[in-house]
Amino acid sequence: MKQIAYFFATIIVCLSSCNKNTTTQEQIPDEVSYNFDIRPILSDKCSACHGPDANKREAGLRLDDPESAFKALKEHPAAHALVAGKPQQSEVFLRITTSDTSKLMPPPTSNLKLTSHEIDLIEKWIKQGAKYEKHWAFVSPKKTALPKVKDKSWPRNEIDYFILSKQEQRGFEPNQEADKERLLKRLSLDLNGLPPTLEMMNSFLADKNTNAYEKTVDKLLQNPAYGEKMAVYWLDLARYADSHGYQDDGYRTQWPWRDWVIHALNKNMPYDQFVTWQLAGDLLPNPNDNSATAKEQLLATGFNRNHKITEEGGVIPEEYRISYVTDRNDLFGKAFLGVTLECAHCHDHKYDPFSQKEYYQLFAFFNNVKEVGIESVIGGPETYAKKPLMTISKEDIKSLLTFINNPDTNHLIVSVMGDLDSVRTTHILKRGAYDAPGDVVQPNTPNSILPFNNKYPKNRLGLSKWLFDKQNPLTARVFVNQVWQEFFGKGIVKTSGDFGMQGELPSHPQLLDWLATDFMEHGWNIKRLVKQIVSSATYRQSAIVTPEKLAADPENIFLARSSRYRINAEFVRDAVLASSGLLVKAIGGPSVKPYQPAGLWEGATSGRGLLSMYTQDHGASLYRRGMYTLIKRTVPPPTMSIFDASNRDLCEVKRLKTNTPLQALVMMNDPAVLEASRVLAAKLLEENSPTKDKIIKAFRLIVSRKPTEKEVLILTNYYEKERKKISETSAKKLLTVGEYPIPATINKPMLAALMRVVNTIYNLEETITKS
Amino acid sequence: MEKEILEHGLHFNRRRFLSTMSLGLGSVALGSLMVPHLLSGGDNDGTGFLPGIPHFAPKAKRVIYLFQNGAPSQLETFDYKPRLREMMGQELPPSVRGVQRLTGMTANQAAFPLAGSFTNFKQYGQSGAWISDLLPYTSKIADDLCIIRSMYTEAINHDPALTFFQTGSQQGNRPSMGAWLSYGLGNENKNLPDFTVLLSRGIGNGQGVYSKLWSNGFLDSVHQGVQFSKGEDPVLYIRDPEGMDRQARREMLDNLSELNELSYNEFGDPEITAKVKQYEMAYRMQTAIPEVMDLSKESDDIVKLYGPECLVPGTFAANCLLARKLSENGVRFVQLYHQGWDQHGNLPFEITSQAKDVDQASAALVTDLKQRGLLDETLVIWGGEFGRTSYSQGKLTIDNYGRDHHPRCFSIWMAGGGIKPGMVYGETDELGYNIQRNPVHVHDFQATVLHQLGLNHEKLIFKHLGRRYRLTDISGKVVRDIIA
Repeated sequence: MKQIAYFFATIIVCLSSCNKNTTTQEQIPDEVSYNFDIRPILSDKCSACHGPDANKREAGLRLDDPESAFKALKEHPAAHALVAGKPQQSEVFLRITTSDTSKLMPPPTSNLKLTSHEIDLIEKWIKQGAKYEKHWAFVSPKKTALPKVKDKSWPRNEIDYFILSKQEQRGFEPNQEADKERLLKRLSLDLNGLPPTLEMMNSFLADKNTNAYEKTVDKLLQNPAYGEKMAVYWLDLARYADSHGYQDDGYRTQWPWRDWVIHALNKNMPYDQFVTWQLAGDLLPNPNDNSATAKEQLLATGFNRNHKITEEGGVIPEEYRISYVTDRNDLFGKAFLGVTLECAHCHDHKYDPFSQKEYYQLFAFFNNVKEVGIESVIGGPETYAKKPLMTISKEDIKSLLTFINNPDTNHLIVSVMGDLDSVRTTHILKRGAYDAPGDVVQPNTPNSILPFNNKYPKNRLGLSKWLFDKQNPLTARVFVNQVWQEFFGKGIVKTSGDFGMQGELPSHPQLLDWLATDFMEHGWNIKRLVKQIVSSATYRQSAIVTPEKLAADPENIFLARSSRYRINAEFVRDAVLASSGLLVKAIGGPSVKPYQPAGLWEGATSGRGLLSMYTQDHGASLYRRGMYTLIKRTVPPPTMSIFDASNRDLCEVKRLKTNTPLQALVMMNDPAVLEASRVLAAKLLEENSPTKDKIIKAFRLIVSRKPTEKEVLILTNYYEKERKKISETSAKKLLTVGEYPIPATINKPMLAALMRVVNTIYNLEETITKS
Repeated sequence: MEKEILEHGLHFNRRRFLSTMSLGLGSVALGSLMVPHLLSGGDNDGTGFLPGIPHFAPKAKRVIYLFQNGAPSQLETFDYKPRLREMMGQELPPSVRGVQRLTGMTANQAAFPLAGSFTNFKQYGQSGAWISDLLPYTSKIADDLCIIRSMYTEAINHDPALTFFQTGSQQGNRPSMGAWLSYGLGNENKNLPDFTVLLSRGIGNGQGVYSKLWSNGFLDSVHQGVQFSKGEDPVLYIRDPEGMDRQARREMLDNLSELNELSYNEFGDPEITAKVKQYEMAYRMQTAIPEVMDLSKESDDIVKLYGPECLVPGTFAANCLLARKLSENGVRFVQLYHQGWDQHGNLPFEITSQAKDVDQASAALVTDLKQRGLLDETLVIWGGEFGRTSYSQGKLTIDNYGRDHHPRCFSIWMAGGGIKPGMVYGETDELGYNIQRNPVHVHDFQATVLHQLGLNHEKLIFKHLGRRYRLTDISGKVVRDIIA
């Protein structure tokens, strides 16, 4: 029993970052808001039977639609679901409060239940007139005036007014600014995905000018590592991988598209253009198909061919072709509109106003690709991309697509988009089944978001125009929210993939709208948005949390402190390589195969194809950034999965952030971490300095700050103890890890002892945490 | 294990640190013990609680799933069809075939000649179950088994069909069955993962397995299946580097903990204490897992029971023995995959070898659990992702043929865990093509497994991006007829 309790304690703590805010006392507001108080209840507890899905509607009653809700009830014309101002005459209220279980709503069989708080809210809402509002996310954002704040000295930019005003309403006070070392580490990790170098730390600490911080921001934004850092999130969203997925999971060469993403982000391509090229680059008018721009635009469309493609002999081609179109359609909903369109694949959406017909109307935009469900079974280089594809020659790379890092291939093929000359008819698919076509539909967009402008062409290019129409209520909001999430660990809308009725409400709705409109007004400028965020006082706060703050706001919704969380899988690897000096900074190119435990691919393979056996790389390829590790979908790189990286099966806009024993094992025993410990220790040992200084330097390189006296003491004591204990034999064994050579003359027991100390520093919680 | 901790003792600071942490956690841990989901971000009715788990008294505590990857032919194992032999070479009547879709491999075949099984069947045990000669050991435990001959699925290709079986959805990205159980029931052993995966393969035509089959989907990754491999590291990165003994690791962890404490004192972030606990768990796993994996202390009787192959790491037999040990040590869900059952051609030769790979050890596992009094609380499942056609794929000769994928009917067996022993459930037509009685859909099967563990499949839910998900998606009925 005790053991179990202990175990639960273990998992509970690791989950504490995602638990619900249960500490705030729930009070009934003076003015009950439909959008914030009532709709979440109706959507979650009632909509499955009284919502938008016409086929599952009970008693002909719809509660998400005022017209239906105020009408006389179909089955009891004398009664009304809602009577404004009169709960006792409103069937809704009577049925949720009755003690007769045969009448009670929601019915006990649904396993749903209203809390007394929810019932009180509904009662008060009816009393106050049962006023409906349009769902907030489907109304275009408006820029409001900055809220008033009492402490006028705190805000550094507009963001801070919104944040501080909410804090002041709740009686919170923001934290002090973080110390310079912490701030620099945070900034460097957030903008470049790398810890700061010693030189950066020294110069930032020495720079007493008021614009020291801003200068650093600018420098980091100019560093090509910025494009790599930002690309990681985009690769998740775009489900980028180096294999086709499915049964045999053969190799694909889609990486030139990934190189383009890094390039475009570094160039600071405006978001509207960045996405339009990826959605419809092949349809953009171009005077010359062989121009650099035309080729770049075509390569960008590789975005929509990153999905899994089957090579399993014997599949029914149409079943798979439909699944590819479905994948694109669902991605479009989740990544750009932040809605769970996929729910309407088989039936009308149960919560959001999207009919199944609308799903297939949108589907029609993606249904005209010159592709087949299965083009080839697993094979040689000709199968590394599937038609439609583009061929990239050596000359292209030399003169036109110069950002592609292609060391040795003559001839590259990349899957891209390309439409048929004719129009493929799109049907509604009954129950979502590829072999159950229903009515024919034409390309169109969900009406509740924004009607499609008939001036736009009815193809993917027109769809992009619709997406970036300034009236589109979702596009900018969804994107700024994703970017916010990158810097604060969670979005202003926590469910970054669901802005619909079932999604979480924004914690700071006015801020979200302000950021979204400001972003549009300034030409969808991504770097500008990023700079705005990191320049805010909100971002620059320290991450220290008092027990009081922790209790009052465990999830840090009000941002009265900086978010503190573990960095992403790729950046854990990057931090280890960078701090040890092993990192090879080349950008792009074919993905690499660093150390991996033996037998993983071999144990799971069908035995066919280039990726059936793992042939580890050597030399520089062992020390590339985490984002360049080859992703074989069916067996993703283990250290990445262990740290919650996406398996790239489907579009993902938010990663889990967990803390598990397996992560501890990686940091303690992964040869990549041990090798870095050995190499850094060797380098330090070669330096002519006292042990204490070596340890301080290691600590600074790895943790990005100077250690305290106490920390130095613990580590030097540890070093002295180990040095005395480690024998020549065990030292030799310890030093065999990794392929990077060490000087032959080095004192092995001393190196082994220092390596242990360095490895311990790598294992510190703070090392891989943004704090 | 416990001894080791005592031996090394706890460094004073670390001990103090751990005890300060537990002060704050005591009440949480106690509450969570009653309701494991309290803080898991899952669904709640506004009260912060899921309906109490288990939903009713469980029959089984643990599951061992012997997945036969590639889809073994039911017609050469458990579904005896003498009529097929009589009609050898004759065309499958269109009335039987119906409008069912076929895979691209046989859809364009000019003929669909029926192929009788090359192997003979006999009846076994009190139930009189028909079992093929390919499975002599399994035959002997017929009265422990509940053979379901009327399974059916919706998918026709391996990837979606496997994914459907394991996650309830053909598309993947959802939690697999083991992850759901880990989520719903937690663990009985703090030193081992809740959900472990073991892989092996025969010489037959193989189909890959993929980590999405043991994925945690949208659940927390503590629920993810941990793959145990035959190599030197049974769990990835579990082995300390050469030249580092346990005491050196203990010292490293003591120093680490002391340093992390300083960080906690500065930041007050509970994630730091959580991290320290995860390191302690990792340390314990480092001892516990190699102990479980060590098969050298098994008695001769046990080796005889499972067959000599059980001492060869990575074989199906070794994995069965290991599965028993893990299960016995409280691992909630042990998932085995044995690859090589995809007999599109050359079936008689390949399936004989595949059957030989698994027969003795599968039966041994059931027998072994039974003799240890564990079969009652352990549910053992044996089967693949779909069945195979009663007509031949490719050329049919007197002694050689192949069979294509067939989702419309196939056979699996279950044993222990409160399932009726000595029972044959469901029936197919005389050509083994369509189900005639008691069809069991994959979701019905999943609902039944959850039921045996005390979970209502309609209540074990997790809300993700606005939708409530469950293993059985939107259907599934518990197969009450097979419950003891």
